[in-house]
Amino acid sequence: MATNTQIPVADRRVPVIAPGYTFSTITEKISNIVLSRPISLGWILGFLIVFGMMNMLMVALGYLFIKGTGIWGINIPIGWGFAIVNFVWWIGIGHAGTLISAILALLRQTWRNSINRFAEAMTLFAVACAGIFPLAHMGRPWLAYWMFPYPNTMRYWPNFRSPLVWDVFAVSTYFTISLVFWFVGLIPDLATLRDRAENPWVQRVYGLLAMGWRGSARHWHRYETAYLLLAGLATPLVLSVHTVVSFDFAVGIVPGWHTTIFPPYFVAGAIYSGFAMVLCLAIPIRAIYGLQDFITMRHLENAAKVMLATGLIVAYGYGMEAFMGWYSGNQYDSFLLWNRLHGPYRLVYAALLACNIFIPQVLWLKKFRVSTGWLWLISFIVLTGMWLERFIIVVVSLSRDFLPSSWGQYYPTKWDWMTFAGTIGLFLTAMWLFVRILPMISIFELRTLLPESQVHEAAEVKQ
Amino acid sequence: MLHREFPKGASEWLDGFSRRGFLKTMGASLALAGLTGCTRMPITEIVPYVRQPENVVPGRPMFYATAFTLGGYASPILVESHLFRPTKIEGNPQHPASLGGTDVYAQASILDLYDPDRAQSITYLGDVRSWNAFTEAVRGPMSVEKSIAGGGVRILTQTVSSPTLAAQIRSYLDANPQAKWHVYEPINRDNVYEGARLAFGEVVETRYDLSKADVIVSLDADFLYAGFPGSARYTRDFAARRNPDANMNRLYVVESTPSSTGMKADHRIPVRASDIEGFARALAAITGTDNGIAGGKNEIGRSLLAIWQDLQAHKGSSVVIVGDHQPPAVHALAHTLNQMLGNVRKTVFYTDPVDANPVNRNESLHSLVEDMRAGKVDLLLILGGNPAYDAPAELELASALKSNAVGLKVFLGSHRNETAELCQWHVPEAHYLESWSDARAYDGTVSIIQPLIEPLYGGKSAHELITILAGQSGVTGHDLVQSYWQKQHAGADFDAFWRKSLHDGWIAGTSYVPRTPALKTSGFPASQSASGANYELNFRRDPSIYDGRFSNNGWLQELPKPLTKLTWDNPIMIGPAMAERLKLNFKDVAELEFNGKKVKGAVWIQAGHPDNSITVFLGYGRTRAGRVGTGTGFDVYPLRTSQTPWFADGAQLRPTGDTYQLASTQGYQTMETPNGSERPLVQERSLEEYKKEPNFAKEGEPPQELTLYKPFDYSKETYAWGMAIDLNACVGCNNCIVACQSENNIAVVGKEQTLKGRYMHWLRVDAYYNGPRENPKGFFQPVPCMQCENAPCELVCPVQATVHSSEGLNDMVYNRCVGTRYCSNNCPYKVRRFNFLLFEDWKTPQFKLMRNPDVTIRSRGVMEKCTYCVQRISEKRIDAETASVSEGKEIRIGDDLQTACQQSCPANAIVFGNLNDPNSLVNKWKRQARNYSLLGELNTRPRTTYLAEVRNSNPELEADLTTKLRTTPKA
Repeated sequence: MATNTQIPVADRRVPVIAPGYTFSTITEKISNIVLSRPISLGWILGFLIVFGMMNMLMVALGYLFIKGTGIWGINIPIGWGFAIVNFVWWIGIGHAGTLISAILALLRQTWRNSINRFAEAMTLFAVACAGIFPLAHMGRPWLAYWMFPYPNTMRYWPNFRSPLVWDVFAVSTYFTISLVFWFVGLIPDLATLRDRAENPWVQRVYGLLAMGWRGSARHWHRYETAYLLLAGLATPLVLSVHTVVSFDFAVGIVPGWHTTIFPPYFVAGAIYSGFAMVLCLAIPIRAIYGLQDFITMRHLENAAKVMLATGLIVAYGYGMEAFMGWYSGNQYDSFLLWNRLHGPYRLVYAALLACNIFIPQVLWLKKFRVSTGWLWLISFIVLTGMWLERFIIVVVSLSRDFLPSSWGQYYPTKWDWMTFAGTIGLFLTAMWLFVRILPMISIFELRTLLPESQVHEAAEVKQ
Repeated sequence: MLHREFPKGASEWLDGFSRRGFLKTMGASLALAGLTGCTRMPITEIVPYVRQPENVVPGRPMFYATAFTLGGYASPILVESHLFRPTKIEGNPQHPASLGGTDVYAQASILDLYDPDRAQSITYLGDVRSWNAFTEAVRGPMSVEKSIAGGGVRILTQTVSSPTLAAQIRSYLDANPQAKWHVYEPINRDNVYEGARLAFGEVVETRYDLSKADVIVSLDADFLYAGFPGSARYTRDFAARRNPDANMNRLYVVESTPSSTGMKADHRIPVRASDIEGFARALAAITGTDNGIAGGKNEIGRSLLAIWQDLQAHKGSSVVIVGDHQPPAVHALAHTLNQMLGNVRKTVFYTDPVDANPVNRNESLHSLVEDMRAGKVDLLLILGGNPAYDAPAELELASALKSNAVGLKVFLGSHRNETAELCQWHVPEAHYLESWSDARAYDGTVSIIQPLIEPLYGGKSAHELITILAGQSGVTGHDLVQSYWQKQHAGADFDAFWRKSLHDGWIAGTSYVPRTPALKTSGFPASQSASGANYELNFRRDPSIYDGRFSNNGWLQELPKPLTKLTWDNPIMIGPAMAERLKLNFKDVAELEFNGKKVKGAVWIQAGHPDNSITVFLGYGRTRAGRVGTGTGFDVYPLRTSQTPWFADGAQLRPTGDTYQLASTQGYQTMETPNGSERPLVQERSLEEYKKEPNFAKEGEPPQELTLYKPFDYSKETYAWGMAIDLNACVGCNNCIVACQSENNIAVVGKEQTLKGRYMHWLRVDAYYNGPRENPKGFFQPVPCMQCENAPCELVCPVQATVHSSEGLNDMVYNRCVGTRYCSNNCPYKVRRFNFLLFEDWKTPQFKLMRNPDVTIRSRGVMEKCTYCVQRISEKRIDAETASVSEGKEIRIGDDLQTACQQSCPANAIVFGNLNDPNSLVNKWKRQARNYSLLGELNTRPRTTYLAEVRNSNPELEADLTTKLRTTPKA
């Protein structure tokens, strides 16, 4: 935990927490959202919509399991369609949470304290959405457990040369660590909710989840150690998960996949889309729940800067791909570039360049970084662009590879769209519930940002 | 538990139709055991044979010789039978008309046997009746007819080449001289016979010996594709002469509708069908003069001159072949040309006609319909065919059948089709694999057609129906055929003769002896000259479903047509220039008007199609074909009259503004990508260039050491399987595709799924064009699994469902596959096929009988692909190992092991074998200079390699063409 950061008095930037708050007002404000704020009509209506979308996912998956993957638009040569596009997209979005929680914690970026909780929740939900796809896209999903090495009588063992097996480990590890990290971080706050709840049943539930947290110095000591260790564990995962996901493509020989630039370019893209999703969620939530004092413009601006930086890395990746297509002299690679620019999916590629490279450049201007409306719009555009990027990588590369005789086209079906929209529904349903039953901002970590906690530490240092 | 082990009714396991056919042939228990081999473990009893059938070893197939007929011409075949279920058709390697090759129709005919839509009972006005009821019903009218010498009896058959059937009908006609025998078939040889009459005054059969032909000139003859009589043998002889290291032949094709023969040509000259006669006349004129002509001003003139020079230089070793649809005068001119060039009895032979009754089909049907309308017909017997659908439009045969002018109408047909609907009686026709008969091949050789299975639905053959006419009863088809041949071969050794003929698949000494008919005249009247009005309209048989008779055959419907790679539909085919003028594009619906009738169809722009000309294909738009064929494509028979059976001017084509989905399996047909770079897929050079640089196709493959891992040493193994495909020999006949489908139980997916790109063929034949769109060069490339040694698919499979065998096979383990499709994505050849849905028919009981029991029926969600027919390898391995044990020395599998595609290939373009045997045929091929790997630079090390294509271009024309290629903007 970032405990020794001092905010210089002369810092003219927007503070990470608005002045005038005390320990108790912070606790009250955040816990009241969960405990005493009445359920509004808007929340119910919104919930009905996103819950309906989630049920659409259930219908789409049910029909999929009955009929087979043929209900989607995939074919030969395009064996992977929306399912893998969505998988990579969701996994990418899931990167922001861990990055904010772990890496920024290790780097002692205190501003992350206001947004890490819901960024982590977002990560979990995104990874859960992503996890649906590798299972659903299988021809025989009931045999998915064959992906795992387990003792059996069939003399069966997974192929450890296959990136898909690496994926299984990478994604499941990532999900597990993220879940533990998130839960450990919640424990002190759950205890706070337990102590503040008036309804005995609510007390019991939070009490159970708080695992007997009393806030003793020993508890805090162990907590700090565990949190630091988990942050250390999670940090390499931020880089490894999307690296492994990128291997799904980089290990293949398909032009457009077979390139060494993919790991860094995928990680950067993941953080890019992850921060875009954080902004997409944070901006409306802080407005609805009046959290402008905790999630200040400073946070939004920082997130925008991260987006700008990672967006430039992604642009560099596109540039290198294009350069290598020309420089390699390989006719398959150079055709790939031509095909992206002039082929049947040229509009998708144009949209991708606009969404991911050109439009986000406005973030160089402070005017756009401090306008919530603009930020939200740009974040949304970036999310769209990153989805299109995965579409270009997966579908367009496969559609025209080596033998012109086997070129094909991909037309998503209504089931493809329903599944995609359905996972958005699942994600939002989870978010909808999350903001009402758990503290969406880490109460105790936010309290460390108050000047009171700094005074105490300053005293410690003097001793 | 006890209840589950012995459920009620387990011993009464009844399955509708299939029991009867089998139980008669063999012990019930074994049939049940075999039947259920591919289902989900129903409870069965296992009981030993009471009497062991002769030669039956369960698990080992038996082969019987028989023949498939199309248009009267027999294709000699061997039929593989597993426990008395015919499962696969092979060519008869001993028979001169096959030499092991087949054609697509013969290959696919096995599916017709098991077609669940076949008529399954005798019906009267749609109600089920018994055979006895039928014989009773015709007895009365027959006895009346007897008294008037059969005056009201008309028999309508398709082309009959069966000596037995012809003798039966003739003997009936002899007894009842007023009765008449009519013959009709929409794809007929009227023009061929009329041409022979013009030239010789009599009908003769023309057959060619292409093994001796150095120069072949085809005048609109697609002699390398199924449906041309003798095509399997012609393909074999033609392909054998395509070896650039030996005396390579040269093929000129002057043609209208582009055909696979045209694509194989060294020089293809596209002209309208009606201009072929002019070309033939000019050729005959200058050949007659013997000392050249002035001319050669335009391109066609230059070609003409070059062809003339080539023919002059190859007198006695050249041949001129004419397409069946060209008018009689062109046939007569070809006879003259062949005569003048001294080809007769060297490359061209004249024999008696194979057709037992070579009357003019259209006239024959005309007179029948006249009699019908005049009320002269009391009893009409239609033996097969579908005249209500495919008769010339002006006859309005359907309405004549519908009217009450005809007394009793009896239809013998396998399906309840358009004609059956209009006849009171419909007798289900036995499939040729269910009945006895005989037929002549293109050279006259008679094959006995012997059944392999009892009629599944109690069908009857034409022989049996004629016996009813003749008043005989209880005579079986077997007795009829045998007694006919007993008359021909009287003597004590008949039994041995009969057995030998059945065993070999043909009757020795029945091939026709060539004759030398006298050429009567050289001044042949010109055919009806082209009116020049608007567009020329060509009617052609469909490459897949012929005249519509194979409409309900899913394998053929889904078979990509050789040039367009279209499935499930027939297009309106036009050339690129005409499409541009009319502003028509692929898949636009256009309205075609001809003879005052209009039809609508989707446009296909075919490179190489002559300008101002339209081609439509017969056989589609059936209304009563069955669940597969009904409603596919559009019907062009309404436009076709007996005056314009093949082509005529005066058609109009108008865009309608609508579009229609055409399911082509190959969306992109050039090797040049849209950004202008040429991919080295089919390597091709001219013969001259090849002689200078034989290694032209060899791409630098990366060195073997270029890997971190130690490569597996295959040379230590007994076997290393490999395949070589000679692109020079391949004629794109599609045979391998159907053979593979039949051998490997490959599913048919339907038009919707084909449109989505989910067809299942393990082996495809890619067709590419190169050069100007008006007249491109064509290339065919069969692509099975390459069985890469460094297989990209194996690396990426997460569950080890595709793994490498020590013999170099890229094995696919269906049971392990979870269906991630990663392997297919990573396959640069895209030869893997995925069961996106449950494509295999697990339910229809008929198909359970048909399937190859050695090959798994795949479930949904599983990847599949070519296995090099691993089941055949295993079978031969067992043989070799057994022999090794019994003979006490190591015996290895030799070149007698053939994959299904290789076995059926009429061109011998595919060879498969053991790479570790230095003397194997496949090694001999692979040592050739032309051998190259497809996409070899990817270091996949494919075991399947190609022999590059070499064209024997005429240098005189080549220079011209090359300049044209350079100057014409690429399409």
